[in-house]
Amino acid sequence: MANTTYEKRIRPGVIAVRALIYTVTAAVVALVVAIIAFLIVKGLPYINWEFLSKAPSRLDETYGIAPMIINTLYIVLLSLIVSIPLGIGTALYLAEYSKPGKVISAIRFAIEILAGIPSIVYGLFGLAFFINALKAGSSGGSMIAGALTCTLIVLPTMIRTTEEALLQVNPSYREAAFSLGASKLHIIRTVLLPCALPGIVVAIILSIGRIVSESAALLYTAGVDYTMPANLVKHVAEPGAGLTVQLYLYATEGGSPDWVPYAMAAVLMILVFIINLSANIIAGLFKKKVSIN
Amino acid sequence: MKTQKVYLYNSIFKAIVFFFALVTVLSVILIGVFMIVNGGPSIAKVGLKDFLLGKVWNSANEPPQYGILAFIVSSFYSTFFTVLIAVPISILVALAIGQLMPKGLGTVIRAIISLLAGIPSVIYGFLGIIFIVPLVQKVFNLSSGLTMFSSVIVLIVMTLPTIISVSETSINAVDKGYMDAAFALGVRKEYALFTIVLPAAKSGIMAAVLLGVGRAIGETMAVMMVAGNIPQMPSMLKPVRFLTTAIVTEMSYATEQTRGVLIGIGLVLFVFIFIINSIFHFFIKKAGAVNG
Repeated sequence: MANTTYEKRIRPGVIAVRALIYTVTAAVVALVVAIIAFLIVKGLPYINWEFLSKAPSRLDETYGIAPMIINTLYIVLLSLIVSIPLGIGTALYLAEYSKPGKVISAIRFAIEILAGIPSIVYGLFGLAFFINALKAGSSGGSMIAGALTCTLIVLPTMIRTTEEALLQVNPSYREAAFSLGASKLHIIRTVLLPCALPGIVVAIILSIGRIVSESAALLYTAGVDYTMPANLVKHVAEPGAGLTVQLYLYATEGGSPDWVPYAMAAVLMILVFIINLSANIIAGLFKKKVSIN
Repeated sequence: MKTQKVYLYNSIFKAIVFFFALVTVLSVILIGVFMIVNGGPSIAKVGLKDFLLGKVWNSANEPPQYGILAFIVSSFYSTFFTVLIAVPISILVALAIGQLMPKGLGTVIRAIISLLAGIPSVIYGFLGIIFIVPLVQKVFNLSSGLTMFSSVIVLIVMTLPTIISVSETSINAVDKGYMDAAFALGVRKEYALFTIVLPAAKSGIMAAVLLGVGRAIGETMAVMMVAGNIPQMPSMLKPVRFLTTAIVTEMSYATEQTRGVLIGIGLVLFVFIFIINSIFHFFIKKAGAVNG
């Protein structure tokens, strides 16, 4: 039959193409799994309460990471305080108030550019602007300078994700509220924001992930210091290395036993994993909820 | 009275969110102006030609030499090879996830690969130090494995998730009618993917490539840890210094003059990213026109 000769002629090529595609995909997946498994297996045994709760001390020969955890959290929180209102406000403007025109194109282009600027350029700008020009904190870096630099970095993520969530809210909700005579502000407060809340939470979680893994922008804005902050309020103007920056220093300059970078990498991987997973789960639930609507 | 108050609140709120939205524009302008004001005079002092085309960088010399040609060429060299290898891999993976695999399996693999995007740069650098650098040293019998080659390997892994996810989106956005028409003519799926779907998704894939280029040029800490960091013209098995790592290396101990030049390097990076973004926009628009 004509059909069988056709099949015979084409099949080897088809199999080869499929084999190639699947082999490459399997290799990439294996690589990801290997990276994660390696870091967790190598680092996990060293993670204990002492490691998480103590500061590194040459005298006591302890290598805790408590100050780095505090610094990372400090920068995350401080940066969120600024970036959440800014990001959600901008998203509301883009989704609810803006009319197509030059201003809107400028804003969208600016978001695009902000998203593309490399971390190190932000770091450079943060050092020159926040620390040298505005004198925000000590000249060796400060939590506030690091946090403000991170704010610029996460703004695009925050705005885009929130805007997407706002646009997914069923338009009939908005229309129903309008027809009842509700004002725009009232609708935003009582209908849009509550409905888009899971999407906004995802935006915040993704931003946290970005800040936790940031290093180049923080090296010269938040500075390097691994001592335990004495006063959390005054710490805003003091330098301090987060987990990533300290891992970089240990990995390149030494100053710690070999196991310390492994343990820090494992802590970071677990953090990133939790952040990713929770963002995925909430986004998944949100999609389901919206599609039911 | 009440209506007036509501109207007032609404206007105030609108003004506030408008101001917030303007912050993004102001930030970009501020960053641009600041870099030009701080970096411009230093570049002018060195001379634009000597700055961009000068082959020697030695900030400790008297007088210091600030030629960044080696950094520019190194950045493009590494980016070129990164993209050259990462793009074909990404397209194959994108085809597998979006077109060939059952939906459930595709979703799982997509989620696994997206984990790569969340891993901090310093961890990639750390893994590079542990695995790639010693391996490169052994395989090529070098005195040190801190080379351009090691950075390219790290960059390939780092750009994969970005290029995969954007090209998958554009591949999946191709009109299903094309495939149906091909099937009706008796064309095999595998054949149709390469001859019909990929060409139709061309603009979106170009956008993915540009995004990968942006990531590779801008990556700092990971390559800082594996590139060896010596300012010289690039070669695969030699230590190199990139635009990004040049800034990190000398920032902490830079003199006033050197600091200005480093900001000048940041300005060069900023301009490159601006150009890449503009081209990216062009392709996104084109992709939208094709698929929409």
